[in-house]
Amino acid sequence: MSTARSHPLNTAAAHAALIIYTLIALFPVFVIVVNSFKARKAIFREPLALPDAESFSLIGYQTVMKQGDFFGYFQNSMIVTVVALFFILLFGAMAAFALAEYRFKGNTLMGLYLALGIMIPIRIGTVAILQMMVATGLVNTLWALILVYTAQGLPLAVFILSEFMRQVSDDLKNAGRIDGLSEYAIFFRLVLPLVRPAMATVAVFNMIPIWNDLWFPLILAPAEEVKTLTLGSQVFIGQFVTDWNAVLSALSLAILPVMVLYVIFSRQLIRGITSGAVK
Amino acid sequence: MTETSLKLDRVSKAFGTVKVLHDIDLDVQKGEFVVFVGPSGCGKSTLLRVIAGLEDATSGTVEIAGQRVNTVPPAKRGIAMVFQSYALYPHLNVADNMTLGLKQEGASKSMITERLAEAVRILNLDPYLIRRPAELSGGQRQRVAIGRAIVRQPQLFLFDEPLSNLDAALRMNTRIEIAQLHRTLGTTMIYVTHDQTEAMTLADRIVVLRDGRVEQVGSPMELYNNPANRFVAGFLGAPAMNFLTPPDDAPDGAELGIRPEDLRLDPEGALQGTVTHVERLGGDTNIVVQTRPEEMATIRVFGQHPARVGDTVGLAYDPAKSFLFAPDGRRLR
Repeated sequence: MSTARSHPLNTAAAHAALIIYTLIALFPVFVIVVNSFKARKAIFREPLALPDAESFSLIGYQTVMKQGDFFGYFQNSMIVTVVALFFILLFGAMAAFALAEYRFKGNTLMGLYLALGIMIPIRIGTVAILQMMVATGLVNTLWALILVYTAQGLPLAVFILSEFMRQVSDDLKNAGRIDGLSEYAIFFRLVLPLVRPAMATVAVFNMIPIWNDLWFPLILAPAEEVKTLTLGSQVFIGQFVTDWNAVLSALSLAILPVMVLYVIFSRQLIRGITSGAVK
Repeated sequence: MTETSLKLDRVSKAFGTVKVLHDIDLDVQKGEFVVFVGPSGCGKSTLLRVIAGLEDATSGTVEIAGQRVNTVPPAKRGIAMVFQSYALYPHLNVADNMTLGLKQEGASKSMITERLAEAVRILNLDPYLIRRPAELSGGQRQRVAIGRAIVRQPQLFLFDEPLSNLDAALRMNTRIEIAQLHRTLGTTMIYVTHDQTEAMTLADRIVVLRDGRVEQVGSPMELYNNPANRFVAGFLGAPAMNFLTPPDDAPDGAELGIRPEDLRLDPEGALQGTVTHVERLGGDTNIVVQTRPEEMATIRVFGQHPARVGDTVGLAYDPAKSFLFAPDGRRLR
């Protein structure tokens, strides 16, 4: 971002704007994490105060650990998110490669068809999806969620990745063909490493909605042993009484894995950008 | 004894309804250096890609070393190709870049080592073997790309504008290296370029293409001294041939073609005009003269010349060294 004309005042203004944005964005997270370590009364008395010796309490975390199979929920969320991301990236990249690389009849139409899903919310089809899941016996399995999330993520993945794959040098792919690489080898060994930044972007875009989703777990997999974290946390929110300690603690814990995944992908993103390209 | 290395028989290529190559016929002898040259969009790169197998010919046959290869995949055609953008694998080091093709063929370890050593020796790539492409300069990358072609010991080398991304000085050096490489290896080479200097200096034979058709095939001097039509005459040579209004006895609409070096300054000359521009190159001088309101002639004078813009000069030429072209581009004389 260093331009020839950057004035110190401009730089300061840019930083100020960024810092203010960061504060605004982090504020809710801060409130959740801070209050998760406080006793119930302290939360309502002074929601913004940091926990001190008097108000510090782990009661929320204790409740979370005792009630329900919290680690089970955690594991379910993790499996669903990671497997769905894997399928989105794999199939999305394959479809994108075919659209970007091969000339065939209906290429453009196919691309439009695959991108159409971006504009249509998948929740509109909830009833039909539920019927399908019932018919195939997938209700109350993690597969139901994985399949739905894969379908939900594919349109954007295909759209973004095919744009990036068009930019991968044709010469490079042709050099691979002349060296005897199969189309699969060209895809996995030449093209995928070069579009890694785009893959990371797609992964981050898809990861958070999947992790946070309440709708499909509630409808397709509400059974105790396949509950996801978001659904599992709902037991603490009652119609009349809400156990705020437990809710805040559960939410704080739920942030962790997303952060870990984000760190992994963002490092990939940086590595992807800095690795040597064609010229 | 001569052997045919590459034979194209009525090769055509169309993308949808757009025909980019029209019935191309060509025989290339073993060991020949053939250059495809033409303006951008003339189909020369497409023709090379058809030979390589990266595009399928819409009709016609491609034979390499006597084998019909229309349906043979690129890796099995006995070819190697050097690309304009080098196209090195960014995640592999130089040695791996060069040996990937052999490994894919399933060549033995000892053979791979031997071929790699040979190519490295020819191209002086020793210091770079464990570097990644990103750590090399443009010229070094191009050498690696050529090395990758050499290790495969192909029947046919294909070069797709390999010098276009290099700066002028490096381009000349690499041009000489490619010529020496051709002498050392004695392999048939097909080279695509839009640069007529490269074509003239490297080729045993030049194929001039325009709009997907072969305009003329021949040795550089044949094409220079005896162009088949106005296009070939104007395309080869720098500065380009002058096209002027012919003397009164010429057919209607015809054009007179004279190379800049065949014009000489002569106050009594047939053409009179004003100097509008002078290019001083040190070794020689290009003088642009306006001979008619809509007509410029470039004259090339050896050495340095005191001509100045605004001077009135006369130009003379030897009719034996001039050409006459019909309005449709055919050569009349």
